[in-house]
Parts: sequence; C-alpha cells; structure tokens
Amino acid sequence: MRITCPICGERDRREFYYGGNAVLADRPARDAGEAAWDAYIHLRDNPAGTSRELWQHEVGCGAWMVVERDTVTHAVHGATLAPGAAR
Amino acid sequence: MRVEGKGLIDRSRRVTFTFDDRRMTGYAGDTLASALLANDVRLVGRSFKYHRPRGILTAGSEEPNALMTIGTGAQAEPNQRATTQELFDGLVAQSQNRWPSLARDVLSVNDLISPFLGAGFYYKTFMWPRSFWEKLYEPFIRRAAGLGALNGRNNPDHYERAFAFCDVLVIGAGPTGLMAALTAARAGADVILADEDSRMGGRLLAETGEVDGKPGHLWAEEVLAELAALPNVRLMPRTTVTGAYDQGTYGALERVGQHRPREPHLPLECFWRIAAKRAILCAGALERPIAFPNNDRPGIMAAGAVRAYLNRWGVAPGRAVTIFGNNDDAHRTAQDLAAAGVKVAALIDSRTGIEVKADYPVLTGGRVVATSGRLGLARITVQHGGGTRTIATDCLAMSGGWNPTVHLTCHMNGRPEWREDIASFVPKPGAIPGLVAAGACNGTFSTAGCLAEGARVAAETLADLGMSATKADLPRAEDGAYAIEPLWHIPGKGRKWLDFQNDVHVKDIKLAVQENFRSVEHMKRYTTQGMATDQGKNSNVAALAVLADVSGRGIPETGTTTFRPPYVPVSIAAMGAQAQGKGFAPQRFTTSHAASVERGAPMIEAGLWYRPSYFPRPGERTWKEACDREVKMVRSAVGICDVSTLGKIDIQGPDAAAFLDFVYANTFSTLPVGKVRYGLMLREDGHVMDDGTTARLGETHYVMTTTTAAAGPVMRHLEFVAQVLRPDLDVQMISVTEQWAQFSVVGPRARAVLNGVLDTPIDDTSFPYMGCGAVSVSGVAGRLFRISFSGEHAYEVAVPARYGESLYRLLLAQAEVLGGGPYGMEALNVMRIEKGFITHAEIHGRTTAFDIGMDRMVSQKKDCIGQAASRRPGLLEEGREQLVGLKPLQPASRITAGAHLFDEGAATKRQNDKGYVTSVCWSPTLDSHIALGFVANGRARLGEKIRAVDHLRGVDTTCEIVNPVFFDPEGGRLRG
Repeated sequence: MRITCPICGERDRREFYYGGNAVLADRPARDAGEAAWDAYIHLRDNPAGTSRELWQHEVGCGAWMVVERDTVTHAVHGATLAPGAAR
Repeated sequence: MRVEGKGLIDRSRRVTFTFDDRRMTGYAGDTLASALLANDVRLVGRSFKYHRPRGILTAGSEEPNALMTIGTGAQAEPNQRATTQELFDGLVAQSQNRWPSLARDVLSVNDLISPFLGAGFYYKTFMWPRSFWEKLYEPFIRRAAGLGALNGRNNPDHYERAFAFCDVLVIGAGPTGLMAALTAARAGADVILADEDSRMGGRLLAETGEVDGKPGHLWAEEVLAELAALPNVRLMPRTTVTGAYDQGTYGALERVGQHRPREPHLPLECFWRIAAKRAILCAGALERPIAFPNNDRPGIMAAGAVRAYLNRWGVAPGRAVTIFGNNDDAHRTAQDLAAAGVKVAALIDSRTGIEVKADYPVLTGGRVVATSGRLGLARITVQHGGGTRTIATDCLAMSGGWNPTVHLTCHMNGRPEWREDIASFVPKPGAIPGLVAAGACNGTFSTAGCLAEGARVAAETLADLGMSATKADLPRAEDGAYAIEPLWHIPGKGRKWLDFQNDVHVKDIKLAVQENFRSVEHMKRYTTQGMATDQGKNSNVAALAVLADVSGRGIPETGTTTFRPPYVPVSIAAMGAQAQGKGFAPQRFTTSHAASVERGAPMIEAGLWYRPSYFPRPGERTWKEACDREVKMVRSAVGICDVSTLGKIDIQGPDAAAFLDFVYANTFSTLPVGKVRYGLMLREDGHVMDDGTTARLGETHYVMTTTTAAAGPVMRHLEFVAQVLRPDLDVQMISVTEQWAQFSVVGPRARAVLNGVLDTPIDDTSFPYMGCGAVSVSGVAGRLFRISFSGEHAYEVAVPARYGESLYRLLLAQAEVLGGGPYGMEALNVMRIEKGFITHAEIHGRTTAFDIGMDRMVSQKKDCIGQAASRRPGLLEEGREQLVGLKPLQPASRITAGAHLFDEGAATKRQNDKGYVTSVCWSPTLDSHIALGFVANGRARLGEKIRAVDHLRGVDTTCEIVNPVFFDPEGGRLRG
C-alpha cells in the first residue's frame, strides 16, 4: 500500500502510522454529554467502501493527514493535511 | 539422452554433481532436471500421499514432482524444484519422501491400500477415539505424508531485502515481455524487466521457430543486449514476481546464490519490493496434462517441456517418444523430435478430422487409455479406430492445452474469465489497477501475436504515463493458429491423476461432489487439490473442469479458486531478510554505554535501549548482592544513573502552556518559570497514558519527559493533539531525547558531587526541590533539574549528548570520592517501589487516575484529554481495584509479580479474586519483601491482611495492605 503525503509525495505505508477513523478529529465539547462522548470514543462505522482515516507520516515529515481510501478496492483516493500540520 | 547438435548449453564446460549419492555430469547451462534426463534418470521422487514413483513433468517453476533437497548439513534446502535449479559443480541433490531408497520405498504400501485413503479419509477415519489424534494419528500422518524435511539446524545463510522503483515493470521476458520492455525502454521510461529463469527469452529458448529471420534465442539475445546497454533499464533474471499488492507494489524473489557454490559475500536470496507506476504482465502460459488412467508414471511429461528439453538443453527425455494431445501445439513436439532424429513412436491426437503429414504414425481420434511400467513408463495402450493397440514407449509427451498464467491478476480478488475458443481462463482486464496482461498470459499464443501485443500494450502504457512510443517495425515470426478441442479426462481402469503433487485424482473430485462439497472452494479443501508448493499450477483448471462435468455445471459457473500470493514458494528467511538476530530491531545505546560495560554491568533491553542492570563488585556472587549494596549506597551517600533514555520533548510557543494544560490532566500554565512539576497524561477514554515531569525553562518554553517506553507514542500523541485537535494553539515541539545526555545524581551527597562539576555551586536557595534552570557544567551549557525518582535528595543534570560520556565519567569519579558510585536498573526499581512511584507495571493501560490515587490531579477547571471520560461513574467507584502497598507478615516471605490477592479464608478461585500484584522487590532499606499491587477498595482496607497467591510459582504469602509509600512518606529526605 502506498500513500501520497501532501508534503513528501508518494511513500510506502510502512512510513505511516494509522491513527484511527477521521471522526477522531471532531472532538466533542467537554460538556457535550455522555452520548456524544460515547460515540466519539467507542462507536465506529465499518463501511464497505469509502473510509476517512487519520494517518501520520511518522517516519517522514511527521504530518497528520486525513486519508480517504476504499476498504473494498483498497484504492487510496488521496490525503489532506490536518489543519495544524502545515505549520 | 543427450542429442548432438541441439541445445543452448555449453558443451565445453562439464559440471559434476550428485543425485542420491550417485555422481553424474552435465553441462554449464543445464538445470538439474535436464542433467538428470540426460543421464537417463526418470524416477526422481515419491508422491505426497501414496508414495507413487514420479518423474519430471515440466521444465519450469510449476513442477509438481521433481522436488529435491539441495545442499548438505545446515545449508540443505528442501523442496527445491529440479526444473529451476541450475546445475553447478559440486551440487548435491537428494530425492525426498522415500525410505530407504527412491526405488525401494517402504511406504509405497500406501498405494496398495489406496482405496481406503481416498479424499477426506482422515476426516472420517481418525475421528475416534479422540485422544488418539494428538499422540498417534497426527504424528503418523505427518511422517507418512509430506515433502522434504527441514534439517532442524540454525540457518547459516543470509538474505537481503531491497526496494526498487520504476515507470514500467515488465513481468516475464518471453517474446511479449522483450517486445514490451524494448518499446518502453526506447521511449525513455524507467523499466524493470524481471524473469524467473536464469536466462531471459522465455519460450523463444525452447522453440525452433525464427524471429526476424533468425533463431528466436538469437533475436532475444540482441534485444537483451540493447536493453542491457540502456541506463534506464534494469534486467532482473532469476527473479520471480511473487505478488501484486496495492498501489502498484509488487513483491519479487531474486535467487542470488542458489545457482553456484555458496559465496560468503552473497546473500542466498533477496526479496524485492518494487513500486511500479505501471506493470505489464507477460507471464506466459502453463501446459496442462490430460487425466488418463495412470498418467503419472515417470516418463510421462508435458509436451511443451519435452520440446524445451530437446531444443534448449539438447536432451531427449526418451528413445521412443509418443505424443498425446488435443491441440495443434502438441504436433510441434513431434516435429521437433523427428527433426532432431529422435524416434517418434506415435502421435495421438484426440481430435478427428485433422490432417497431418508426417513420417511417424499419427493416430487421430485416438486416446491413451492405459499405461504400464513400474518405475518408469514402458508402454501405453491406445484406443483408436474402434480397437486398442499397445505401443512401446519410454516417454509420453502430453498436452491438454495451455493455461494462461493469470495468477498475479487474481491477487486483488480479480476472477479470471473463461474463453471458450482456447478452453482456458484469461485475466479480467483491470483486475489489478495499473497492470495489463499481454501475450500468452492473455490468451495470445502465436509468437507474432505475442510480439505485436507486447509492443501495443507497451505503447498504451506509455501513453497512459504521458510518454510516447517510437514506432518500430515488428519482427516477423510464426503466426500459427491454436486449435483445441477440450479433453479433460478419459475413462478407464486405474486412477486418472489431476494434482500430481497432492495425489488427487478424478475419482476424488467425484467423491467430493457425491458428499456435497460441490463448490470449487469446498472441493479444493475436501480433496486438497492445488494445495501444495505448486499450488495446482498444472492441475487446477482440469480439476474444476472435472468438477463442472460431475456437478452438471459449465466451467464458467463453476469458477476458480482464489490465487493468492506468492506465485512460487518464498522462504520465510527471505521475507524476514535482515531481521534475523540483532537485525530484528535497532539497538539504541546511551553515551555512558561503554563506561557501564567497562565496569562489567550486564546490559538489559529497555525497549530498543540498553541499560545497565547492576554494577558488580569483586566478591559479589549474585545480582541481588550488587543491587542491595547500590540501594544502600544511594540512600547513605550518592549514586549516579544514566536517565537519558527517558523521552525528552522540547515544547515552545506562545500557547505552550495552554497546550500542556490540554494534554496533561493537571495544570502547567500555573507552573512558575524555573520549576518542574509531575504531570499525569490521560487517554481520551479516561485511563492513564503516561506520566513524567515537565520543566518550565521560560515563559513559552517547556521540556517534557516521558517514560522510556512511551517516548514514541507520547510524541505522536502530542503531534496529533497539536495538528488535529488544537490547530488554534501556536505551539511547536520536537523530540530531543537523543540530543541531551541526562544523569541522575541521587543521595544525601548529591549536591556535593554536583558542585564538583558545576562552574557555579548551587545551594537550597538557588536550586530548591523541584527547581530547574540553566547551569554551566565544566564549561558546557547544561540544564539542571532537582527531581527525584528515589525519594532522595536528587538532581538530573543534562548536557548535549556529545559531552555525555565525559560527564558520566566525571560524575562517577566525584561520587566515588564521596563513598558513592554508579547504580543500575535493579536498584533504581527497588528505590522507586520503596517510594511507591509508579511505572508502566502500574499504569498498564487499564488503570485510571482514581485507581492510582491521583484523581485529584485531574483538574476540573479546564478541559483536557480524558477529562470528560474520566468522570464516568464506573471509573470512580469505590469498589475499583486501587493502588496499595503490600508487606508480608513475615518479611522474608516472597511475593511475586502477577500473584493474585484473596481474602483470608476465601477459596483461591477466580470468583474471589480481590486484585493482583504489579511490582515486587526485596527492600534492603526496610529489610523486607515489599510489593505494589491493586486491591478492590484497597484504600479503605489499609492495615487489613490479604493473601498473595501465585499458583504458577507456588507462592502463598499473607500480607498487610499498607500505604504504597513504604519509605519516608513525609518526603523529608527529598528536601533535605
């Protein structure tokens, strides 16, 4: 598997760390309530198809990014940098 | 038998080898298989299950029968194919799966009782009694069934892995691959041409047809010479592309050292990962046998292989050869043999209505219905024109048609498509993104067709990459049609073998269907069809044709099983290349490593780091004696320890304080400059992630320390928080673990030691407890932190790593003058347990701040990672297992880590479990064993008794539940 890091270009997936589904980026407010926090921490969709995930180019530039890929075809559609990655 | 004037071997170079201890000779350019055939060896192995005599069937990596153990001693490699093993001087080959010898094999008795050993026999036979399975049945089956055996010794060979990148990967160097590579290379693309053979050219080396007016192999040589001269081309012979993976990644196995005597500087194999923008699959086709009765005798071979042995290696596999086929291609074998002067006893074509002019007998509409010859073919019986006749023959070349080598196109779930006209499966276009099949593997069988398709697909691939091909004239070549009439199996007395390697025959498939294992996947598992090292390359298509026939379906509906990587067997050693022994993981050494080793300290692994366990002194017999002395030394004088392995993260920026408030459960914005604070980090689910101290060096500058184990994960977590969750915060961070060497100076005389190396002496006012700041260490700009992991008056002094070793030696010299010295991990651990300090033994991922008694550190005034979840009622229940100290009633009684805790009088069973022990030591300070552990509602049970029971190590010790801080609970020594 290969992922195109927006900063470094196409790299082998061994350079990346998988950080979980992209919903992790949408952290609830402190007082959002039990249901919101439960969903944020524990509940994940298991899609057959497009999946948005957080990956870090750990052995490269260190940037976190959202990678969109397909769990059926394994196609990687692209990666966009996390909002604070470009600093 | 060698045929004069034929073959691409070098007859001026004789090569000597042994097969089953018999000395034989061949020529340079031979494979082991061609040399054996030249020496008239037909019997080369025994089959997997019935131990039937078997001979060489093919001339390639698909070979099911001719598996050998190559080499001797620890370097012996089992299950190597004689058909791909190149001959070299001194090669030692042994046949397999026979005892005491190949010709007299005791277990060939299995063949006599074969009616009882049909498909699925062991599922039915060895069911009862159950206890017999492990001790009797399985060992027996493993002994009787099988291929070669591992030698059981440590593998002394070395292996490599490598990475390559290209625009176009061409897989296979036959006519299609050569033409494709040439077209791509001339256009300037970066090309890798990989072929599993030692010599490139594919079928051009095995046929007599001309290309561009010259013998095919000469044309191939010219093309290869042009390719080799181009800087943008990498030729990879002896390299099998074994798998197609996501985003144009291909695995490939290069055999580097198996074709010559071992050379110490060369690896045996190299496993490549090739990232290719595009790939062109030119893998050719594999010939399939015909399932007629007793079609497995040595001497019965694939017709294309017989032709290859004749044309490439100058070997006639028999003196009176018969040919049996259902297609035009089989006729070429007869023609080539006759032209070379080898007797063709008969050509039998199952088709009627074809006309052949030849000097040898041709039986159209004929069928082979029986064979005989115990250890090798002697004669065949042919049904023809309403009668049968017997023909004496020592080699039968059979051809049931050609199967395109579609395997790689199926590695990502693609299913091949049936093509009626060639009675075979062809790749489904687009099955592997970026890969296109061309030539024989795409169902195009004529040489001219292959050349044209190779050039066309390469041009399309180049266009796809935004490059353009220069138009070149296609070389002239044969463009014969390929007509075939399906012929899968022939009725008659005797078994009609499909899978030679796993001993599966037509009746086994029928039995599978009869027992309702009708799906192709079920049939495969019931019969073991296609399961061994050859993965059914010869037999799968015929087997599913039989399945389709028996189950009354068509072949397309029956479908194929899934082809998975690797295409050929890949040794585990090649896959794990360079990860053997110390290559498994990098080693990290501190700057004090050499100094510690000089003092005889055993170095132990802490993650990737190596740290001293203890520093033995003369007369000390055990690690514990050294450890006890080191603890007393530190508590009474001073000790030095390298703590550089702890993660150090430099955090700067206007919002650094706010950032730390968010990642730590407690507050750091209130920490004054020049002070250090202990910090507790939670995961978002409210459990403890890590702990450590963070120093504020300036208004916008902090240095965080992490535990050694969590340095990487914490760094990743901080980056995640900064980049993903809090892009609003202006903060930067970087790991400086390796940039700073840091040593703890611990004990009542710590300050005296430090003042011996600091340019400006410190005192309690300039450096109070938990103070920090810049210092000058013998002229070097350093940092000093007054923190303690032992409960003693202690400091950590840091200098840039290049000064680490000198400072360590200097500190040791100063400490030794004051009655101190170095201490290791054992003493460090004892002192932290005595003080009730936690490590990842306690914060093991399932404990909360509440559990370890630090709930009040979780600030309620701010948001932080884990804050919301840590308030969940279940994480704050009194009944939870809480951190306590444990002290045996008898100080000498042992407690073990991992022991479980039970109330006195309660049965020691799971239901009564009250907790467990996490850390233990002998405390020389308290003259007692002590332990940390978790007890349900433990904080309310201080002073009560509880049993620590370790069933595994036979320990049952009654303890008192105590405060986890065993020593100096008021902390007077810290401030001293």
